[in-house]
Amino acid sequence: MSARVLVGVKRVIDYAVKIRVKPDRTGVVTDGVKHSMNPFCEIAVEEAVKLKEKKLVKEVVAVSCGPQQVQETIRTALAMGADRGIHVEVSGKDYETLGPLQVSKILAALAKKEQADLIILGKQAIDDDCNQTGQMTAALLDWPQGTFASEVNIEADKLKVVREIDGGLETIKINLPAVVTADLRLNTPRYATLPNIMKAKKKKIANVKPADLGVDVSSRLEVLKVDEPPQRQAGVKVETVHDLVGKLKEAGRI
Amino acid sequence: TEEEIMIRDSFCTYCQEKLMPRILMANRNEHFHREILNEMGELGVLGPTIQGYGCAGTSYVAYGLIAREVERVDSGYRSVMSVQSSLVMHPINAYGTEAQKQKYLPKLARGEILGCFGLTEPNHGSDPGGMETKAKYNPSSRTYTISGAKTWITNSPYADICVVWAKCEDGRVRGFVLERGMEGLSTPKIEGKFSLRASATGMILMDEVEVPEENLLPHVSGLAGPFGCLNNARYGIAWGALGAAEFCFHAARQYTLDRIQFGVPLARNQLIQKKMADMLTEITIGLQHTPEMISMLKRNSCGKALDIARQARDMLGGNGIADEYHIIRHVMNLEAVNTYEGTHDIHALILGRAITGLQSFTVGK
Repeated sequence: MSARVLVGVKRVIDYAVKIRVKPDRTGVVTDGVKHSMNPFCEIAVEEAVKLKEKKLVKEVVAVSCGPQQVQETIRTALAMGADRGIHVEVSGKDYETLGPLQVSKILAALAKKEQADLIILGKQAIDDDCNQTGQMTAALLDWPQGTFASEVNIEADKLKVVREIDGGLETIKINLPAVVTADLRLNTPRYATLPNIMKAKKKKIANVKPADLGVDVSSRLEVLKVDEPPQRQAGVKVETVHDLVGKLKEAGRI
Repeated sequence: TEEEIMIRDSFCTYCQEKLMPRILMANRNEHFHREILNEMGELGVLGPTIQGYGCAGTSYVAYGLIAREVERVDSGYRSVMSVQSSLVMHPINAYGTEAQKQKYLPKLARGEILGCFGLTEPNHGSDPGGMETKAKYNPSSRTYTISGAKTWITNSPYADICVVWAKCEDGRVRGFVLERGMEGLSTPKIEGKFSLRASATGMILMDEVEVPEENLLPHVSGLAGPFGCLNNARYGIAWGALGAAEFCFHAARQYTLDRIQFGVPLARNQLIQKKMADMLTEITIGLQHTPEMISMLKRNSCGKALDIARQARDMLGGNGIADEYHIIRHVMNLEAVNTYEGTHDIHALILGRAITGLQSFTVGK
């Protein structure tokens, strides 16, 4: 199969870091804070590389949008087995307001330019928890989508996707080209081996600007303020159900 | 470099996710997880500085960073890795024939076979030159007959091959590759060991073992051979010890922030803060260096790491002696790390000789 897979990877604050809000309440502190690849994006890369190892796809291209630092994230994808990378340069104010709508426009443009047959993304990013990019990208391309995938199989020229839904698991068959978003149980990402990390150095990362793709990255959203969640207040212990009802009435809850 | 940072981060994740969960029980029950060699082999971190033969061919800095991440979990695991990489793969690569390299290196790199390094003897630790293990050449069978005993050999009870250093009839020390199954070769385990319990340590007993001459490492003779290997390993050990010290520092910091006595966290106290400031200073200074100062590095890193671990243990009070909190395990391990690869005192004498031009290893002239 001569399929080409586009995998989107996002550079986010590492999951283990304790997040702090900036004193001016416009966002969270990112300077000097450890960043890494979004865990769901790791799962997406792993799935793409697995498909290549099974010889079901020919080329895996890793894409990331952001400033210079996202190249580290692309390199990690290359070390895991992606063939080449594309760095879409977005920095400064544009990067601060970059969201799913702009990213999905970029991915849609790239998919057409690179003639991709499959786009695999993480189901959501752990910083904004939007869970929108995959769906928007599919809509812009008018492609079918298999979201929250816990299993992906290529059968003939169709994609069989098992999706994790509230009621359990749902299996769908969709045509290619398609967009898939990876959920937790899709696979366990591999550790990048030393030889692969060293090979990744030689793989190419192309630089592209959103304007080259005809995409306007300006945002229609304005962040008004960012606050920490309220401190948890102490609770009150009651002896009997009667007391509980009494307290709830007192608090005007019932 | 960016590549070295990626290597460190990728390996750090492996160590924390796969090694850390095993170490508590491995240390408590003195269980050696042979599988970790295969896992490390898959990651390509065995023999990392070797070019070719299935090895990564990366820098010494990367090797040091790898050692630091493993030792952050346990010095025993790091010892196992150092032996395989620097004391078994390196001599075969540096002193062996092409045939030997092809035969052993790829399997060692994958962790398929395990090796050990036999230099130290029951009566000769700091003075390997006085070794009593002898190798006698038999021209009729083109073999060497080797007899002697080696002790404190990491990996030996489970090793598939042993790189043994023996004195030949010309008085020169040479290296031989012995294979398990050779008659007269046995590797009993050393019992009652209270350091590096997660790695298996034993003896190498050789009772007239017949070794074919193809198993001699031909490209070196004299103590330069084993010393070359130990120098290769020493860099990893110096960085590794600091990894252990960093774990103890972070563990003590977290504990003293969490533990409240007399209404305030322990970390609120001046004595506690001074101890942590000193620890961090020593660790940071220890990480700044050049490879040429290797003797100073090893002695300083290991000595300071042991001090830091003991201080950290103290800061955890009673909880500090429970293996659940891990620090006491590092205290125990670092006693061995301080001693092997050239004791603290021997390195002091090496430096003393470099500083003054006069040797004080022996009482003679």
